Amino acid sequence: MDSMTLIAIASIVTAGLTIALGSIGPALGEGRAVATALSSLAQQPDAGSTITRTLFVGLAMIESIAIYCFVVSMILIFANPFWNYAIAHAAGK
Amino acid sequence: MRLSADQIILWQHGFIKLNGTIAFTWALMFVLVAGSWLVTRNLSTGLQRSRWQNLLEIVVTGIVQQIDEVGLRNPRQYLGFLGTLFLFVASACVCTIIPGYEPPTGSLSTTAALALCVFVVVPFFGIREQGVGGYLKSFIEPTIIMLPFNIISELSRTLALAVRLFGNMMSGTMILAILLTITPLIFPILMSALGLLTGMVQAYIFTILAAVYIAAATRGSKAKAA
Repeated sequence: MDSMTLIAIASIVTAGLTIALGSIGPALGEGRAVATALSSLAQQPDAGSTITRTLFVGLAMIESIAIYCFVVSMILIFANPFWNYAIAHAAGK
Repeated sequence: MRLSADQIILWQHGFIKLNGTIAFTWALMFVLVAGSWLVTRNLSTGLQRSRWQNLLEIVVTGIVQQIDEVGLRNPRQYLGFLGTLFLFVASACVCTIIPGYEPPTGSLSTTAALALCVFVVVPFFGIREQGVGGYLKSFIEPTIIMLPFNIISELSRTLALAVRLFGNMMSGTMILAILLTITPLIFPILMSALGLLTGMVQAYIFTILAAVYIAAATRGSKAKAA
Protein backbone atom coordinates (compact mmCIF):
# COMPACT_ATOMS: atom_id res chain seq x y z
CA MET A 1 0.00 0.00 0.00
CA ASP A 2 1.36 3.38 -0.93
CA SER A 3 0.76 6.50 1.12
CA MET A 4 -2.19 7.67 -1.03
CA THR A 5 -4.17 4.51 -0.26
CA LEU A 6 -3.33 4.78 3.42
CA ILE A 7 -4.46 8.40 3.52
CA ALA A 8 -7.70 7.51 1.71
CA ILE A 9 -8.48 4.62 4.08
CA ALA A 10 -7.66 6.64 7.19
CA SER A 11 -9.73 9.63 6.00
CA ILE A 12 -12.84 7.65 5.06
CA VAL A 13 -12.83 5.51 8.19
CA THR A 14 -12.19 8.51 10.42
CA ALA A 15 -14.94 10.53 8.72
CA GLY A 16 -17.47 7.76 9.36
CA LEU A 17 -16.33 7.32 12.95
CA THR A 18 -16.42 11.08 13.57
CA ILE A 19 -20.01 11.54 12.52
CA ALA A 20 -21.14 8.24 14.10
CA LEU A 21 -19.58 8.76 17.53
CA GLY A 22 -20.04 12.51 17.48
CA SER A 23 -23.79 12.34 16.98
CA ILE A 24 -24.43 10.03 19.96
CA GLY A 25 -23.85 12.65 22.63
CA PRO A 26 -25.83 15.50 21.04
CA ALA A 27 -28.69 13.09 20.25
CA LEU A 28 -28.96 12.02 23.89
CA GLY A 29 -28.62 15.63 25.04
CA GLU A 30 -31.30 16.92 22.66
CA GLY A 31 -33.66 14.14 23.71
CA ARG A 32 -33.24 15.02 27.35
CA ALA A 33 -33.66 18.74 26.65
CA VAL A 34 -36.85 18.28 24.64
CA ALA A 35 -38.31 15.83 27.19
CA THR A 36 -37.68 18.23 30.06
CA ALA A 37 -39.06 21.17 28.08
CA LEU A 38 -42.20 19.21 27.23
CA SER A 39 -42.85 18.26 30.83
CA SER A 40 -42.34 21.83 32.00
CA LEU A 41 -44.64 23.03 29.19
CA ALA A 42 -47.29 20.61 30.45
CA GLN A 43 -46.88 21.94 33.99
CA GLN A 44 -46.78 25.61 33.08
CA PRO A 45 -48.39 26.37 29.72
CA ASP A 46 -48.34 30.10 30.53
CA ALA A 47 -44.55 30.22 30.37
CA GLY A 48 -44.67 28.61 26.94
CA SER A 49 -42.95 31.35 24.97
CA THR A 50 -40.03 31.64 27.38
CA ILE A 51 -39.56 27.87 27.56
CA THR A 52 -39.73 27.50 23.79
CA ARG A 53 -37.21 30.28 23.19
CA THR A 54 -34.76 28.92 25.74
CA LEU A 55 -35.28 25.44 24.31
CA PHE A 56 -34.47 26.57 20.79
CA VAL A 57 -31.34 28.40 21.87
CA GLY A 58 -30.24 25.41 23.94
CA LEU A 59 -31.00 22.95 21.14
CA ALA A 60 -28.93 24.98 18.71
CA MET A 61 -26.03 25.06 21.16
CA ILE A 62 -26.22 21.29 21.65
CA GLU A 63 -26.65 20.67 17.96
CA SER A 64 -23.58 22.70 17.14
CA ILE A 65 -21.46 19.90 18.66
CA ALA A 66 -22.88 17.50 16.09
CA ILE A 67 -22.40 20.15 13.42
CA TYR A 68 -18.70 20.45 14.31
CA CYS A 69 -18.35 16.69 13.81
CA PHE A 70 -20.18 16.98 10.49
CA VAL A 71 -17.89 19.78 9.33
CA VAL A 72 -14.81 17.76 10.28
CA SER A 73 -16.01 14.68 8.42
CA MET A 74 -16.97 16.75 5.37
CA ILE A 75 -13.48 18.29 5.37
CA LEU A 76 -11.97 14.81 5.64
CA ILE A 77 -13.95 13.56 2.65
CA PHE A 78 -14.24 16.53 0.29
CA ALA A 79 -11.44 18.93 1.20
CA ASN A 80 -8.79 16.74 2.79
CA PRO A 81 -5.55 18.74 3.18
CA PHE A 82 -3.38 15.60 3.53
CA TRP A 83 -4.87 14.10 0.38
CA ASN A 84 -4.25 17.34 -1.53
CA TYR A 85 -0.67 17.39 -0.22
CA ALA A 86 -0.09 13.78 -1.32
CA ILE A 87 -1.49 14.55 -4.79
CA ALA A 88 0.70 17.63 -5.12
CA HIS A 89 3.69 15.59 -3.92
CA ALA A 90 2.99 12.79 -6.43
CA ALA A 91 2.52 15.29 -9.27
CA GLY A 92 5.79 17.00 -8.44
CA LYS A 93 7.73 13.76 -8.58
CA MET B 1 -17.90 18.42 -5.09
CA ARG B 2 -18.41 22.09 -4.23
CA LEU B 3 -18.46 22.81 -0.52
CA SER B 4 -19.62 26.42 -0.82
CA ALA B 5 -20.28 29.23 -3.28
CA ASP B 6 -16.64 30.25 -2.81
CA GLN B 7 -15.60 28.01 -5.66
CA ILE B 8 -17.79 29.72 -8.26
CA ILE B 9 -15.37 32.22 -9.81
CA LEU B 10 -17.29 34.80 -11.80
CA TRP B 11 -14.49 37.20 -12.65
CA GLN B 12 -10.79 37.22 -11.96
CA HIS B 13 -8.14 39.84 -12.44
CA GLY B 14 -4.78 38.86 -11.01
CA PHE B 15 -5.09 38.53 -7.25
CA ILE B 16 -8.62 39.98 -7.09
CA LYS B 17 -11.37 37.40 -7.47
CA LEU B 18 -15.11 37.89 -7.61
CA ASN B 19 -16.59 34.63 -6.36
CA GLY B 20 -20.18 33.51 -5.96
CA THR B 21 -20.28 34.30 -2.25
CA ILE B 22 -19.47 37.97 -2.79
CA ALA B 23 -21.87 38.26 -5.72
CA PHE B 24 -24.77 36.68 -3.79
CA THR B 25 -23.97 38.83 -0.74
CA TRP B 26 -24.08 41.97 -2.86
CA ALA B 27 -27.33 40.86 -4.46
CA LEU B 28 -28.87 40.25 -1.02
CA MET B 29 -27.60 43.61 0.25
CA PHE B 30 -29.05 45.31 -2.79
CA VAL B 31 -32.44 43.63 -2.37
CA LEU B 32 -32.61 44.40 1.36
CA VAL B 33 -31.50 48.01 1.03
CA ALA B 34 -33.56 48.79 -2.07
CA GLY B 35 -36.60 47.05 -0.60
CA SER B 36 -36.37 48.98 2.67
CA TRP B 37 -35.81 52.22 0.76
CA LEU B 38 -38.83 51.61 -1.48
CA VAL B 39 -41.08 50.76 1.48
CA THR B 40 -39.96 53.60 3.75
CA ARG B 41 -40.10 56.23 0.98
CA ASN B 42 -43.60 57.33 1.88
CA LEU B 43 -44.52 56.16 5.34
CA SER B 44 -47.86 57.13 6.78
CA THR B 45 -48.89 57.48 10.40
CA GLY B 46 -52.62 57.42 9.69
CA LEU B 47 -54.94 54.46 9.52
CA GLN B 48 -54.32 53.95 5.82
CA ARG B 49 -51.03 52.10 5.46
CA SER B 50 -49.54 50.22 2.59
CA ARG B 51 -49.21 46.47 2.83
CA TRP B 52 -45.43 46.63 2.71
CA GLN B 53 -45.29 49.14 5.52
CA ASN B 54 -47.38 46.76 7.62
CA LEU B 55 -44.93 43.95 6.85
CA LEU B 56 -41.89 46.02 7.84
CA GLU B 57 -43.61 47.21 11.02
CA ILE B 58 -44.37 43.62 12.01
CA VAL B 59 -40.74 42.62 11.39
CA VAL B 60 -39.25 45.56 13.29
CA THR B 61 -41.57 45.36 16.28
CA GLY B 62 -41.09 41.58 16.40
CA ILE B 63 -37.30 41.93 16.54
CA VAL B 64 -37.55 44.68 19.17
CA GLN B 65 -39.80 42.48 21.30
CA GLN B 66 -37.42 39.51 21.02
CA ILE B 67 -34.40 41.67 21.98
CA ASP B 68 -36.39 43.06 24.90
CA GLU B 69 -37.22 39.57 26.16
CA VAL B 70 -33.53 38.65 26.24
CA GLY B 71 -33.07 41.34 28.87
CA LEU B 72 -31.41 44.20 27.04
CA ARG B 73 -32.58 47.60 28.17
CA ASN B 74 -33.35 50.14 25.42
CA PRO B 75 -33.74 47.52 22.67
CA ARG B 76 -34.10 50.24 20.02
CA GLN B 77 -30.44 51.10 20.57
CA TYR B 78 -29.33 47.64 19.41
CA LEU B 79 -31.99 47.23 16.73
CA GLY B 80 -29.72 48.45 13.93
CA PHE B 81 -27.04 45.83 14.51
CA LEU B 82 -29.08 42.83 15.68
CA GLY B 83 -31.91 43.44 13.23
CA THR B 84 -29.50 43.66 10.31
CA LEU B 85 -27.82 40.41 11.40
CA PHE B 86 -31.17 38.63 11.60
CA LEU B 87 -32.52 39.98 8.31
CA PHE B 88 -29.33 39.15 6.43
CA VAL B 89 -29.01 35.59 7.72
CA ALA B 90 -32.75 34.93 7.38
CA SER B 91 -32.99 36.26 3.83
CA ALA B 92 -29.81 34.39 2.88
CA CYS B 93 -31.62 31.22 3.94
CA VAL B 94 -35.07 32.01 2.52
CA CYS B 95 -33.67 32.87 -0.91
CA THR B 96 -32.49 29.26 -1.31
CA ILE B 97 -35.88 28.55 -2.91
CA ILE B 98 -34.63 30.50 -5.94
CA PRO B 99 -32.97 28.05 -8.34
CA GLY B 100 -29.28 28.67 -8.98
CA TYR B 101 -28.85 30.57 -5.75
CA GLU B 102 -26.41 29.36 -3.12
CA PRO B 103 -26.56 30.87 0.36
CA PRO B 104 -23.56 33.13 1.07
CA THR B 105 -23.81 32.02 4.72
CA GLY B 106 -22.79 28.54 3.52
CA SER B 107 -19.27 29.89 3.18
CA LEU B 108 -16.99 30.10 6.20
CA SER B 109 -15.73 33.55 5.13
CA THR B 110 -19.18 35.13 5.45
CA THR B 111 -20.01 33.55 8.80
CA ALA B 112 -16.55 34.37 10.15
CA ALA B 113 -17.09 37.99 9.12
CA LEU B 114 -20.48 38.08 10.87
CA ALA B 115 -19.02 36.48 14.00
CA LEU B 116 -16.14 38.98 13.98
CA CYS B 117 -18.70 41.80 13.85
CA VAL B 118 -20.26 40.37 17.02
CA PHE B 119 -16.78 39.97 18.54
CA VAL B 120 -16.04 43.68 17.95
CA VAL B 121 -19.47 45.01 18.86
CA VAL B 122 -19.74 43.30 22.27
CA PRO B 123 -16.79 45.23 23.85
CA PHE B 124 -17.97 48.38 22.07
CA PHE B 125 -21.41 48.30 23.69
CA GLY B 126 -19.90 47.07 26.97
CA ILE B 127 -17.48 50.00 27.13
CA ARG B 128 -20.18 52.46 26.12
CA GLU B 129 -22.44 51.28 28.93
CA GLN B 130 -19.96 50.67 31.74
CA GLY B 131 -16.80 52.54 30.74
CA VAL B 132 -13.43 50.93 30.00
CA GLY B 133 -12.71 50.04 33.62
CA GLY B 134 -16.13 48.57 34.23
CA TYR B 135 -15.97 46.43 31.13
CA LEU B 136 -12.43 45.17 31.81
CA LYS B 137 -13.42 44.42 35.39
CA SER B 138 -16.03 41.96 34.11
CA PHE B 139 -13.16 39.74 32.96
CA ILE B 140 -11.94 39.21 36.53
CA GLU B 141 -15.50 38.99 37.83
CA PRO B 142 -15.57 36.16 40.40
CA THR B 143 -11.80 36.06 41.01
CA ILE B 144 -8.68 36.93 39.06
CA ILE B 145 -8.09 33.20 38.45
CA MET B 146 -10.95 33.29 35.94
CA LEU B 147 -9.16 35.81 33.68
CA PRO B 148 -7.70 33.32 31.15
CA PHE B 149 -10.94 31.33 31.02
CA ASN B 150 -12.98 34.45 30.37
CA ILE B 151 -10.66 35.41 27.52
CA ILE B 152 -10.80 31.89 26.08
CA SER B 153 -14.59 31.86 26.26
CA GLU B 154 -14.70 35.22 24.45
CA LEU B 155 -12.65 33.74 21.59
CA SER B 156 -14.22 30.29 21.49
CA ARG B 157 -17.78 31.58 21.34
CA THR B 158 -16.85 33.68 18.31
CA LEU B 159 -15.49 30.54 16.65
CA ALA B 160 -18.61 28.62 17.68
CA LEU B 161 -20.90 31.30 16.20
CA ALA B 162 -19.07 31.16 12.88
CA VAL B 163 -18.80 27.38 12.59
CA ARG B 164 -22.38 26.76 13.76
CA LEU B 165 -23.96 28.93 11.08
CA PHE B 166 -21.53 27.70 8.42
CA GLY B 167 -22.09 24.03 9.33
CA ASN B 168 -25.85 24.32 9.31
CA MET B 169 -26.12 26.13 6.00
CA MET B 170 -23.40 24.04 4.35
CA SER B 171 -24.93 20.77 5.56
CA GLY B 172 -28.27 21.80 4.08
CA THR B 173 -26.92 22.27 0.57
CA MET B 174 -24.60 19.27 0.93
CA ILE B 175 -27.35 16.87 2.00
CA LEU B 176 -29.50 18.17 -0.86
CA ALA B 177 -26.72 17.50 -3.35
CA ILE B 178 -26.12 13.98 -2.01
CA LEU B 179 -29.85 13.18 -2.00
CA LEU B 180 -30.22 14.37 -5.60
CA THR B 181 -27.81 11.64 -6.64
CA ILE B 182 -29.52 8.91 -4.55
CA THR B 183 -33.28 9.61 -4.50
CA PRO B 184 -33.96 12.46 -6.91
CA LEU B 185 -37.75 12.26 -6.93
CA ILE B 186 -39.58 13.74 -3.89
CA PHE B 187 -37.25 13.44 -0.93
CA PRO B 188 -35.05 16.47 -1.80
CA ILE B 189 -38.13 18.72 -1.60
CA LEU B 190 -38.81 17.60 1.97
CA MET B 191 -35.19 18.13 2.91
CA SER B 192 -35.13 21.61 1.37
CA ALA B 193 -38.28 22.49 3.34
CA LEU B 194 -36.48 21.28 6.46
CA GLY B 195 -33.46 23.35 5.37
CA LEU B 196 -35.65 26.49 5.25
CA LEU B 197 -36.79 25.80 8.82
CA THR B 198 -33.23 25.17 10.06
CA GLY B 199 -32.05 28.33 8.36
CA MET B 200 -34.70 30.45 10.07
CA VAL B 201 -33.91 28.85 13.44
CA GLN B 202 -30.21 29.49 12.89
CA ALA B 203 -30.87 33.14 12.00
CA TYR B 204 -32.88 33.46 15.20
CA ILE B 205 -30.18 31.69 17.24
CA PHE B 206 -27.41 33.85 15.81
CA THR B 207 -29.28 37.05 16.68
CA ILE B 208 -30.36 35.87 20.13
CA LEU B 209 -26.83 34.71 21.01
CA ALA B 210 -25.40 38.06 19.91
CA ALA B 211 -28.06 39.79 22.03
CA VAL B 212 -27.22 37.56 25.02
CA TYR B 213 -23.50 38.34 24.68
CA ILE B 214 -24.22 42.08 24.46
CA ALA B 215 -26.54 41.81 27.46
CA ALA B 216 -23.83 40.03 29.46
CA ALA B 217 -21.29 42.71 28.54
CA THR B 218 -23.56 45.68 29.25
CA ARG B 219 -25.15 44.52 32.49
CA GLY B 220 -22.12 43.44 34.52
CA SER B 221 -21.85 45.31 37.76
CA LYS B 222 -25.17 47.15 37.48
CA ALA B 223 -27.17 43.94 37.75
CA LYS B 224 -25.37 43.17 40.99
CA ALA B 225 -26.09 46.59 42.42
CA ALA B 226 -29.77 46.38 41.52
